[in-house]
Amino acid sequence: MTPKLFTLLLEAALSTLGISLISIAIGFAIAMLLSAALLTGKSIYVLPARLFISFFRGVPLLVQLLLIYTLLPVIGINVPGIVAAIVGLSLCTAAYQAENLRGGFASVPRGLIEAADVAGFTGAQTFIRIRAPIALRLTFPALVNEAIMILKSSSLVSVVGIIEITKMAQDLASSTYEPIPIFASAALIYFVINSAIALLGRYAERSLKGATA
Amino acid sequence: MMFDPQVIIEKLPEIASGLFVTLWLWIAGVLGGVVAGFVVATARRFGGTLVNAVLGAVVEVLRGTPFLIQIFLLYYGGPFVGLMLDPIPCGLIGLTVYSAAYYSEVFRAGYASVPIGHVEAAACLGMTRFQTISRIQVPEMALIVLPPAINLAVILLKESAVLSIITVPELTATVSAIGSQQYAFLEAIFILAIVYWIIVELTDRLGRMAENRLSRLRFSKA
Repeated sequence: MTPKLFTLLLEAALSTLGISLISIAIGFAIAMLLSAALLTGKSIYVLPARLFISFFRGVPLLVQLLLIYTLLPVIGINVPGIVAAIVGLSLCTAAYQAENLRGGFASVPRGLIEAADVAGFTGAQTFIRIRAPIALRLTFPALVNEAIMILKSSSLVSVVGIIEITKMAQDLASSTYEPIPIFASAALIYFVINSAIALLGRYAERSLKGATA
Repeated sequence: MMFDPQVIIEKLPEIASGLFVTLWLWIAGVLGGVVAGFVVATARRFGGTLVNAVLGAVVEVLRGTPFLIQIFLLYYGGPFVGLMLDPIPCGLIGLTVYSAAYYSEVFRAGYASVPIGHVEAAACLGMTRFQTISRIQVPEMALIVLPPAINLAVILLKESAVLSIITVPELTATVSAIGSQQYAFLEAIFILAIVYWIIVELTDRLGRMAENRLSRLRFSKA
């Protein structure tokens, strides 16, 4: 295990970070849409949202990735593998994030929503300015956890050939015949990134608490 | 392209054998993880600062790194330290160790949920530590521990699909291999997703039933 190999792993870590961050952001947007759909209380919106959440939480991510990877070309969408990977991760994390947010939305005080209503807010305004920010603040620790989960799960996109930490480690391990130092280094990089996210999350949580008080 | 799941469904016996491997690996992994996780949590609680710190670090590393990397280390790295494992035992060990780390955290929260007064009362009554654990702490934490324990079991079922990557002949490996042979990969993966979805939903339901049972039992005795 030379410093050069470790540098290659670090470069691949940028790819892991990029894929994870983009997926979490897109997943968050979709999760908000799902939450809005659930809050309408109309079964035409609620049922599809529930089905989406149940499916993407009920099927292994690996299977979802394989499904999206094979399905997209069949329905005539030809995108690079990395796009398929991001789509897969985003849909999966959207379902988990929506489930986390559900509890937050349920604990938004009724009075605030009524007050917004009285102040002449439309439903969309109430959602964007009152409900969503409060729900997000309440469920922030779950979002940090989910970010860590996605970072770890992004190792699965190596299966569809995307070069990130895990794929790079696999390639290096088979070409150098030194699997232990290489996979251990990969594990170390994941661990450091995850610890950093957890730390940042706790820091952000404290400042969010300050903002509430 | 035609969507024709028939060619996959014809291979039902093979799918069933893959499902069987997935199910027993899952159940063995969960049971092993529950037992080992409980031992780890108990050792961390009563074993002193050093034991707590060392086990805590191991648990943190296992929880902070991807399962796939752990499996690669065991499967490809094992032979270099004299640990030559076939895919199935390797998968079983990997899954058990991984789940033990997470279950130990569940039990840690469980121990923390039992009021200290109950433990002190048991000590005053002359109960040994073993008696206190088995008669006071475990029954009291059961209801707290059950929902996250079932959640974790569901996560582990989905995580077990990863074992297909080191060629464990479980459900994902079996069905995707059939898909490739039959030139019906999409159909295969589609069926695969549905099968997992059903098992996960069933486990969730069973878990909620068990929870209701247990909470009624608890309140009727109180």
